[in-house]
Amino acid sequence: MEWLIQILNSVQYGLLLFLVASGLTLIFGIMGVINLAHGSFYMIGAYLAFTLSSLTGSLWLALPLGIVLAAALGLLLEWALISRLYRRDHLYQVLLTFGLILIFEELRSVLVGDDVHSVAIPAVLGASLPLTETLSYPVYRLFISAVCLALAGLMYVTIQKTRFGMMIRAAASNPEMATSLGLDIRWIHALVFAAGVALAAFAGMIAAPVSSVFPGMGNQVLIVCFVIVVIGGIGSLKGALIASLLIGFADTFGKVLVPEFASIAVYLLMAVVLLFRPRGLFGRA
Amino acid sequence: MTDRRQFIQQAGLLAAAAATGSLMPSIARAQTAKLRVGMMLPYTGTYASLGTAITQGFNLAVEENGGMLGGRAIDFFTVDDESEPSKATDNANKLVQRDKVDLLVGTVHSGVVMAMVKVARDNGTLLIIPNAGANAATGGQCAPNIFRTSFSNWQPAHPMGKVMYERGHRKAVTLTWKYGAGEESIESFKEGFTKLGGSIVKEMYLPFPNVEFQPFITEIASLKPDAVFVFFAGGGAVKFTKDYAAAGLKDKIPLYGSGFLTDGTLEAQGASAQGLLTTLHYGDGIENAKNKLFRYNYGKKYGVQADVYAVQGYDAALLLHGGLNAVKGSFGDRKALYSAMEKVKIDSPRGPWTMSKAHNPIQDIYLRRVEGNANQVIGVAWKALEDPARGCKMSAA
Repeated sequence: MEWLIQILNSVQYGLLLFLVASGLTLIFGIMGVINLAHGSFYMIGAYLAFTLSSLTGSLWLALPLGIVLAAALGLLLEWALISRLYRRDHLYQVLLTFGLILIFEELRSVLVGDDVHSVAIPAVLGASLPLTETLSYPVYRLFISAVCLALAGLMYVTIQKTRFGMMIRAAASNPEMATSLGLDIRWIHALVFAAGVALAAFAGMIAAPVSSVFPGMGNQVLIVCFVIVVIGGIGSLKGALIASLLIGFADTFGKVLVPEFASIAVYLLMAVVLLFRPRGLFGRA
Repeated sequence: MTDRRQFIQQAGLLAAAAATGSLMPSIARAQTAKLRVGMMLPYTGTYASLGTAITQGFNLAVEENGGMLGGRAIDFFTVDDESEPSKATDNANKLVQRDKVDLLVGTVHSGVVMAMVKVARDNGTLLIIPNAGANAATGGQCAPNIFRTSFSNWQPAHPMGKVMYERGHRKAVTLTWKYGAGEESIESFKEGFTKLGGSIVKEMYLPFPNVEFQPFITEIASLKPDAVFVFFAGGGAVKFTKDYAAAGLKDKIPLYGSGFLTDGTLEAQGASAQGLLTTLHYGDGIENAKNKLFRYNYGKKYGVQADVYAVQGYDAALLLHGGLNAVKGSFGDRKALYSAMEKVKIDSPRGPWTMSKAHNPIQDIYLRRVEGNANQVIGVAWKALEDPARGCKMSAA
């Protein structure tokens, strides 16, 4: 029984990681932008959930509001800063987005302070399911998993089956050709970046009730997200999903089985994958 | 127009003359120059609020003594250490060598404080530690010029072994981050608990500052110990108590911790922390006149409630004040100053305490229970607890 629950823990953690990492791999894969500030967007999401749910009194109202605000922030950043770096070397993007991390951390400190906050779990999902005589599983965690799966499906359909998805794929694989065929590539980039920011912020918002809201929370997520993107293959959503689940298992069972090496389990996994598939599991040559 | 400008210039000169004129006698009166105090604390990052509270506590004590300590006015030199060990040595050296401070006050992070300890030992600069609990600072690395006004990591955790044993628990599981403060706390709790006959079923660790606790909570539920002892602080503490309660374990397997588990985070923890028992050298509702006055003045001046960190900063200033008073404000005879600081009895908001031979507080550790948004003191878990100061060989100053 304990092992079944640990498997559940792994899947649940992996799906949440996917939600954050998917935005990173989209931005990386389609726009070729290394976005170090992705963790900050996750943090911004969590703080938006905290601020908006205290203002409106409900997480359900905070979620749509937060998504709109995050997407708007994404559009603004893309227009004002990121769009100037498409033709530049990756190093410029790293410098700029690292600067953004510092700016967002400082703004967070000034606006909300350095205390730890929490967001209440909505009453509808507040129950727990008894799994064993001592252990129960919070319904909200299962809800997060379900939402992550639904979003994964939605992203797959959007990118593979819709006209807009085709445009995105065209812009990613050959921007010049896409432009000469009449696609407005600037607009596609702006939308993809905004979607990536919104995804990270949404992950932060939906995770806020279980993760709590605290300074520096984005940095922890950022590193593991890059590991996922690298394992899955840059730009591949399918790869990100499988890599997230692998990380979920490696982290959970690493902690249980080899606690001394728990901190390196995830990186060991990355090293092994890269040894056999240098471009990640689903990376294109 | 010209007249007016001339008038302003003349008035300015006159004022300047008056100012220097009135200042001259006071400079002549003072025996010594201003005290140069180097504050090296975190003002940004995870521990920013702790650095701020310590500074405010320190300043309150200075203000209560008429803007002076030991009869000397103060020049502050402030550095934000960012809780970043890799910059710690440079930061401390800057204060000591460029700003020529008489003493260093800092810091919160144990890794940073050990670098400060090294600098203090190399340069012979006085160091007062207002928080970081690394045992070695008043243990293996103790020195005549290094004092601590907070706690050693050993101190708050040790009494919990006794408390839990007396409450009938025999088998415990421990969980913490794999880093200095966590490991030292668990080690100290284990010592107290097993000495009486309790046993540790399993010691669990996760990498700092990872907060994915679910695998451990699942394991605790299947091990079914009598009780769980943890060391967490800040965001990790909030997430852990919430996860623990959400898994339905709170009412089945009692959770205990050293006081940092519930300090400054109760509002965020909400119901998940209610009723938890923790041990620490400070708490809410300590009934002494000093504490009441301190909390009142602190609240009035800064508009926030005083916490344990503010007390530690306040006591750092009191220690310096008491020591300097005994030697008439002079840093000339170091030996006399340090021996005076050793003998100062600190009338602290936490209750009076004295310095151990290793320069760490000998203090009462309180047992506290979370009630609403307060860590209510319900008793003294250990009276006048002294850190064992393992490995401390104090050489002469």
